[in-house]
Amino acid sequence: MSEHSEHIVSSKLYWLIWFVLIVGTVVTALVARIDLGTYHGVDANTVVALLIATCKASVVVLVFMHVKYTSEKMTKAILIAAVFWLLLLLVLSLTDYSSRYAG
Amino acid sequence: MSDSHAVGATPLAIEHEDRPELRHHFADVEQQRNAASLGMWWFLGTEIMFFGGMFCGYLVYRRIYFPEFAVASKSLDLFVGTFNTIVLICSSLTVAQAVRAAQLGNRKLQVRMLLLTLLFGLSFLGIKTYEWGQKYKEHHIPTFDYNVIGGEGDLVKGHEHLLGIDKVKKDPVKLRQREAEIQRHTKIFYSLYFALTGMHAIHMIVGVGIFIVITWMAHKGRFTPEYHTPLEIAGLYWHFVDIVWIYLFPLLYLIDRKPGS
Repeated sequence: MSEHSEHIVSSKLYWLIWFVLIVGTVVTALVARIDLGTYHGVDANTVVALLIATCKASVVVLVFMHVKYTSEKMTKAILIAAVFWLLLLLVLSLTDYSSRYAG
Repeated sequence: MSDSHAVGATPLAIEHEDRPELRHHFADVEQQRNAASLGMWWFLGTEIMFFGGMFCGYLVYRRIYFPEFAVASKSLDLFVGTFNTIVLICSSLTVAQAVRAAQLGNRKLQVRMLLLTLLFGLSFLGIKTYEWGQKYKEHHIPTFDYNVIGGEGDLVKGHEHLLGIDKVKKDPVKLRQREAEIQRHTKIFYSLYFALTGMHAIHMIVGVGIFIVITWMAHKGRFTPEYHTPLEIAGLYWHFVDIVWIYLFPLLYLIDRKPGS
């Protein structure tokens, strides 16, 4: 039996991720004060804020939660399934309500 | 996994007398670790569904009552919210560093990082309590004393245009109707605010409880480079709670912070 040694992430990378997360948070708070306009009824500020949040969540999942380094395929399967389900819920519900209260 | 794990060749139970942390129903440490980690990921999958339902409800109401939600969101303290987000991010870093210290077999660093994690986690909860206290003083907690028109927690002043107050100002009946609507609709925002941040805080309290036990185990030297699964999967949970907050922060605090709106 060979013991697979798990991947040890360098301390430097963890600090880098921490720095990216802090910068992302500050940028989110600052950008919210600038009017980025509205496109086809969608508020650009909200889109930017959620995009930054998704980038932050992604690096946390990939590096802090070791998904980038795991050899276990089921982890990724569960993650993708859960996110897919969440998007199904959000996208279908919101398109429904958006079209009902249109105008 | 190597071939020795084939079903037929694996006995139902193996006594691992030299490895007390390895349970007898697992073939080896790696299999046990994978099973535990997988269990935590399944749990986090259900957590995504749990929070997802609340997020969905929030997004639907936010769309329907956007002006009221935007104005109510402005009453939250942006500086405190940003600061709390940073506190939580720091706690995620210390958890990651604690897992790394366990992988390297550095017990002292492990315990230090875990104590920092507890400190950050409790700070987050303390700051959250302060914020809720402010909401209580402003009568923004959706109960009998709830009020957003006039008084300490007035939301209308400066937002008459956004809330459509200026259009009905001359007609006292319509004005009263609109004001009653604003009371009801902002109440929905605050109900969702307290449900979401409250549920998040409960997860933080559970997380702090788990990490007190983990810190104690680390202090006792229970984690080695070969075995530190409890610390690792507790870390997964902590990072997940962090991610929930990463979305809650822009959704609740930053609905509309544009100048002059």
